[in-house]
Amino acid sequence: MTQLAPSGHSVTDLIRERLVPFPGRHFLSAVDLNPPAAIALLDLADAFVDLNRSSAKALDLMHGQTVMNLFFENSTRTSSSFEIAAKRLGADVVTMPVQASSVKKGETLIDTAVTLNAMKPDILVIRHSASGAADLLSQKVGCSVINAGDGRHEHPTQALLDLLSLRRAFGDVGNLTVAICGDVAHSRVARSNVALLQMMGARVRLIGPPTLVPGDADRWGCEVFHDMREGLQGCDVVMMLRLQLERMTGALVPSTREYFRFWGLDREKLGWAAPGARVMHPGPMNRGVEIDSDVADDLTVSLIQDQVEMGVAARMAVLASLAVRRGADR
Amino acid sequence: MTTLAIINARLLDPSTDYDGPGSIVIEDGVLSEVNRGSWLVQADQVIDAHGLCLAPGLIDIRVKTGEPGAEPRETLKSASQAAAAGGVCTIVVQPDTDPAIDDPAMIDFIQRRGAALGLVNVRAAGAATRGLDGQRMAEIGLMAEAGALYFTDGDRVIANSRTLQRVMSYAGTFNALIACRPADPWLTEGAVAASGELATRLGLSGSPAIAERMGLERDLALVEQTGARFLVDQISTAGALETLARARGKGLDVAVSVSINHLCFNEVDIGDYRTFYRLDPPLRSEADRQALIEAVRDGLIDVITSAHAPAPAEDKRLPFAEAAPGAVGLETLLPAALSLYHEDGLDLLEVLRPLTAGPAALLGLESGRIAPGLAADLVLFDPDAPVVIDAAQLKSKSKNSPFDGRRLQGRVLLTLVGGRIVHDAR
Repeated sequence: MTQLAPSGHSVTDLIRERLVPFPGRHFLSAVDLNPPAAIALLDLADAFVDLNRSSAKALDLMHGQTVMNLFFENSTRTSSSFEIAAKRLGADVVTMPVQASSVKKGETLIDTAVTLNAMKPDILVIRHSASGAADLLSQKVGCSVINAGDGRHEHPTQALLDLLSLRRAFGDVGNLTVAICGDVAHSRVARSNVALLQMMGARVRLIGPPTLVPGDADRWGCEVFHDMREGLQGCDVVMMLRLQLERMTGALVPSTREYFRFWGLDREKLGWAAPGARVMHPGPMNRGVEIDSDVADDLTVSLIQDQVEMGVAARMAVLASLAVRRGADR
Repeated sequence: MTTLAIINARLLDPSTDYDGPGSIVIEDGVLSEVNRGSWLVQADQVIDAHGLCLAPGLIDIRVKTGEPGAEPRETLKSASQAAAAGGVCTIVVQPDTDPAIDDPAMIDFIQRRGAALGLVNVRAAGAATRGLDGQRMAEIGLMAEAGALYFTDGDRVIANSRTLQRVMSYAGTFNALIACRPADPWLTEGAVAASGELATRLGLSGSPAIAERMGLERDLALVEQTGARFLVDQISTAGALETLARARGKGLDVAVSVSINHLCFNEVDIGDYRTFYRLDPPLRSEADRQALIEAVRDGLIDVITSAHAPAPAEDKRLPFAEAAPGAVGLETLLPAALSLYHEDGLDLLEVLRPLTAGPAALLGLESGRIAPGLAADLVLFDPDAPVVIDAAQLKSKSKNSPFDGRRLQGRVLLTLVGGRIVHDAR
């Protein structure tokens, strides 16, 4: 729900009005938020969306501060999303090609962290293939840490941007039934979304083959389904997850064609969901594996493009409010 | 529309425990009337059974052929002819062909080829792993849609427990049945006989009975964890039966099959190195055989199979340890099973249940019983007629029958599949 600035009020004023300190020093997990804090971040992000759509996008909220992007795993969209967000807030951004440097020389995560910490960044954005890497890093550095994805654990800014997309599409998120479909077992996106959506009152279902949906996931308070037809019944939102190619060749799923036949979202399966259901995907998509292009590219049902746009705004909100928090702590 | 009646029969329907006089009428391939007692029926053609046994056609869920890949050994046609002659109306072929049946198109191929023959119902089991490699899960969902009745790697044990766990867990989505041979793959490696004094004396490497129990323990633990529908394929030892009984006592719902060979023979039969008795699993002790017969009597065995495994002479005329394992069994299945009735005191319904209603219930087939509205898959047989098995006369392309020269009782007179007479030896 976009709240437009009252007349005579600029977007910049609106942003300054809505600027609140982040609830903690780090953003490592969706549970670092609480419902009022999440709503405040969404309100702020809404204002950033307006800013991003205007021609003058640059602010000086983080002038003089350094944001360091530390991506131990390949990622184009998330790292550029963070980079753009930080730059629009006026921060200095350093994106470290970690894969190419110290790690190859045998440096441990902690050593890298301590080294970088000595360069006095204000915010570290980290992605790492090991679950818990962001937590570990946050204990060793003086700056704020944003988890941009740690192994199969969490990806909290993704959940926040998904929530923003949903709120803008539906208004109230609390009445929604959201189906998260596919490789839940290996998905940090799923874990963060389950936590945040449930916190905001939405009902969450998990759908996928038993090899990809952990058997004990029903204890997360989600209903678990292995059959798309049953699971999608009455769902307002169908959130598809990416299936890693190496998991499709017989280890967890027999083949891509079998996966698509039973769990790939096409028109027919989408028809089983509630009328007007919207489709989401954190990207990058495997077309013809977990999602049919016909559905992914239909802007009347797909929120996938929105999600990318909301990513920048949501990350600006997180960065800006973390900066406020740091200013208040000092 | 012509109708066919069979009157004056001794009707045997294990699904309803009926063993008594009766008659049936077939219209358009379907049972239109099933009468218990003596009734007058009208039909275009009437067959008088003269009090002989009329039972549901047998269902054999473990049939190997050589098609595709080894047609000189056995084709779907020769296997179907053997089945028809044996009163077997439905065969489920095993996936260990070349190429393996691990693809929905292969399931389709087998079913079409079988249907085109117009003999018996030919169905297929799909491979549990691709190319039976024991590593990569096969397309269980697509094959189930195409008509695969269950999934198995046949004689190969899926040694990797993680693979089996995933297969079981994944199959649950489709409520698909997984079948596994219970065996520890390392203890049974290279074994050609049952471990024991006899194998030692003969100088043959033995497979210990505990190997079966150990394999079964693992499989059952995985079933317990994954909740899979599961068939213990070809149990052969008393020890494994005990393990199974214990698991069932804890509420685990698993089915079990036994091969006819292990109900009829024991390890002593390999005494003069006759390679027709080289089987996999190997023939066990007499105590094991007795325990298996008791289990059939107690209704603990869901399915008796022929374990039909054709092997041509060139694969059998070899020193015992070098010979191919397996025996043909489709044509001899019924008379061999009737030895449990003649020699071991089981009643006919107890013998027929794991050959008809048992496998039908396990595989969700409509057949295996005699009731109005069902396809007329029937066998008319004389349970007492003496026969001497002559392997050379068998319809299978391969003649490796361990029953060769044996005197049995029980002759199949008529086999009907979908109301059509596919075998007539009256």
